[in-house]
Amino acid sequence: MAYVAVKGGERAIGNAHAWLEETRRGDPGLPALSVAQIEAQMGLAVDRVMAEGACHDRGLAALAIKQAQGDLIEAAFLLRAFRTTLPRFGHAAPLETGAMRIRRRVSATYKDLPGGQVLGPTYDYTHRLLDFALAAEGAPPPPPAPQAEAPQEPAPHVTELLAREGLMAREAPAPGEPADLTRAPLAFPASRAARLQNLARGDEGFLLGLGYSTQRGYGNAHPFVGEIRQGSVAVRMTPPELGFEIEIGEIDVTECQMVNQFHGSKAEPPQFTRGYGLALGRGERKAMAMALVDRALMAGELGEERTAPAQDEEFVLMHSDNVEATGFVEHLKLPHYVDFQSELEVVRRMRATATAEREAMRAPREEEVAE
Amino acid sequence: MSAPLLEASGLDLAFGAVRALDGVAIDIHPGEVVAIVGESGSGKSSLLRVLAGQMRPDAGTVLYRDPAGHAHPVHGMGEAALRRLMRTDWGFVHQNARDGLRMGVSTGGNVGERLMAIGARNYGGIRDEATEWLKRVEIDPSRIDHLPRTFSGGMQQRLQIARTLVTRPRLVFMDEPTGGLDVSVQARLLDLIRALVADLGIAVLLVTHDIAAARLLAHRILVMRRGQVVEHGLTDRVLDDPQHPYTQLLVASVLAA
Amino acid sequence: MSHDSGFGSGGYNFAYLDENTKRMIRRALLKAVAIPGHQVPFGAREMPLPYGWGTGGIQVTAAILGPRDVLKVIDQGADDTTNAVSIRRFFSRVAGVRGTTRTAEATIIQTRHRIPETPLTEAQTIVYQVPMPEPLFRLEPRLAETRRMHALADYGLMHVKLYEDIARHGHVSTAYNYPVMVGGRYLMSPSPIPAFDNPKMHRMPALQLFGAGREKKIYAVPPYTEVRSLDFEDHPFRPHRADGCCALCGSATSYLDEVVTDDRGGRMFVCSDTDYCEERQEAAAAAPASETEDAA
Repeated sequence: MAYVAVKGGERAIGNAHAWLEETRRGDPGLPALSVAQIEAQMGLAVDRVMAEGACHDRGLAALAIKQAQGDLIEAAFLLRAFRTTLPRFGHAAPLETGAMRIRRRVSATYKDLPGGQVLGPTYDYTHRLLDFALAAEGAPPPPPAPQAEAPQEPAPHVTELLAREGLMAREAPAPGEPADLTRAPLAFPASRAARLQNLARGDEGFLLGLGYSTQRGYGNAHPFVGEIRQGSVAVRMTPPELGFEIEIGEIDVTECQMVNQFHGSKAEPPQFTRGYGLALGRGERKAMAMALVDRALMAGELGEERTAPAQDEEFVLMHSDNVEATGFVEHLKLPHYVDFQSELEVVRRMRATATAEREAMRAPREEEVAE
Repeated sequence: MSAPLLEASGLDLAFGAVRALDGVAIDIHPGEVVAIVGESGSGKSSLLRVLAGQMRPDAGTVLYRDPAGHAHPVHGMGEAALRRLMRTDWGFVHQNARDGLRMGVSTGGNVGERLMAIGARNYGGIRDEATEWLKRVEIDPSRIDHLPRTFSGGMQQRLQIARTLVTRPRLVFMDEPTGGLDVSVQARLLDLIRALVADLGIAVLLVTHDIAAARLLAHRILVMRRGQVVEHGLTDRVLDDPQHPYTQLLVASVLAA
Repeated sequence: MSHDSGFGSGGYNFAYLDENTKRMIRRALLKAVAIPGHQVPFGAREMPLPYGWGTGGIQVTAAILGPRDVLKVIDQGADDTTNAVSIRRFFSRVAGVRGTTRTAEATIIQTRHRIPETPLTEAQTIVYQVPMPEPLFRLEPRLAETRRMHALADYGLMHVKLYEDIARHGHVSTAYNYPVMVGGRYLMSPSPIPAFDNPKMHRMPALQLFGAGREKKIYAVPPYTEVRSLDFEDHPFRPHRADGCCALCGSATSYLDEVVTDDRGGRMFVCSDTDYCEERQEAAAAAPASETEDAA
């Protein structure tokens, strides 16, 4: 075979992209999905992309999902790469999630409590039977869900109720401007603010697995869901040119506060500790897993022994980001001819050495036989 | 008499209400073996860690005198200098050999690490030196490429000693080096340590609850109780004619055993 | 292509990154040059290319690129590999700079896994794409710990690894990403170049910059800096290449790729540096016939 150096990378890339585009669109005989349809009907996927893409824009998240053929990590990546080009205006004041306009709110620690239990639009008590009626085209929309009559009463955080009794420490406000992982790289040991920021962008599957492991003995967790709340909350910030705080809009978030037993240390009496999770949009599984992992990562500060993966700050925070993870795992498919060639040479050389040694050991024995 | 190698005074250390060290003073001279004895909780392990710079006392100073005769405060020299000291002039033998060895590295690599850390760059030379040391600690040199995890507890401990002494440190801290070993293995190890230390003229600070080990190895003994040194002196004097009631009790219990 | 739509230079700053980000990267580069071999953390941005595809190298190149620069991009030594093509195209779009495949013509060379065969000059800068900047990561994965080891120049463990290799295999088994000491102080990953290329780093006239995007680190080797591959006196470092000549240009000294030609063990060797190989072929074709005859 006559060897011809590979040429035409540019054309190959062009053709591959054309094919990709054709594949993405699928059967042209079917109508194309609109971004609005994705945003409206694939809402949980949109919210997940928004959370992991670290950018609160449902329309862009829906566009990313369309462009990525529903590959949610690819979509999060598209959104991140867009987000990074946006100018940074400053940082918002902490969200007042206690004043959230609640759509869902459940507590596993109290049967009833101020603000009540609000089940909201949840899959929790659905029976997981495929609904073949959904497969039918042109079915009429479902009838509107019944509306509550009474206006919603204030719903203070469960953890605040515990704190008032002295059973849970209040979080000290972080001094100064919070760290921004998109501007300065993570350093260890990381502050809790930096950890939470990392987890909030972290991959849902990774956090889910880690959170799950803390429940199975890898890390000493005794969690209760103090509360999960989901709804809209105002974002407030102080623009430097104004010098006073203004509301710049409302975002949807899911917040989970886990209540964990703590036996106390020399410095602190026994009390409950808090695992905190917050996800953009409706990301209940993510927020819960995050709260478990946040609590596990507090092992160091609380003087608990760090034995489990979920308690290992570097391990968790360096591997939680799915855009980073997918990049490094998938880069293995890029050419490594040169490295592999150098390994080939080394392995061949080591085999030659080993063979020579074996021959050398055998030779005297053969002489003995000859005698 | 030469100036002390290590000199500590006024050491205080408290864990909450517990006084681990209460006004402790100690010094150790070149080539001298000093044993710190006492029950568990007496403060002897805390003292060792404070002297070795691994733990900062609440009060008091520890001075180390380098080969040029300059004294350095151990807790003021910084981590870099302390680490350098730990891989050159000093050594530490842990009670559990696994804490002092690299279990995934061959026997030769374990012995060679300190040599390489101070700049040895001749593979054959490192191997020869490792072979020599394996012989000295009575490990078959043909096991030079074996991993220590295949060794018995006694062999692991002898390997740890070879790995520590290979660079001929001036001062070695030993934390219960014979703890956790069978009695017959202990005796052999103590003999070995005694011979090596005498041969190389290394100063040793030995922490032990084993009075017999202290008697065999140490020139001097300090008896600790509740964070205080209750008695100290030459080994024979302290063990044969204990003055403090607590020392009398310690010595009596070993005789009873 | 619509997959790339909205991706022209329009709307983006020169070389894609905004000027503040470039300044931040340049500050990190200056620090890196001032402390040769030391890894400087930097606020790596998310790039429109995936991590692992050279986001660190791209950010470094973007931060130093000027309109008059001539850019060469290679991957595995070749200008035509898909990722090299893609990165070159990225810069021609967002910066409009001239690209070249000629090593001698380039002012900036961004590379993945090779150093060109043609010696670099003081007028050039080479930018390496780095996947794992930490040379100790296989021995100690914890960054907090490796940072301390670098601070204290505590590199005994790396030598233990080399000792173990020789004890077990008779050779150092590291074939690429072979660790180097820079300026006698910092242990450094040369990026996954073959060990064959390591000697080219030693006292190189060109500035060498290293960017690791995912790991958010930048480091550098200034011109004419000592770069030594770790070894033992009696087992000296030896750069290895396949034992053969390039089937296209006949080079007996260049680094070779092994090409499998059939499924019966047939193989041939060709230069991994495509520009070097082509130049040699052109020179041979242009040479007077008499010389060729003399050679024969």
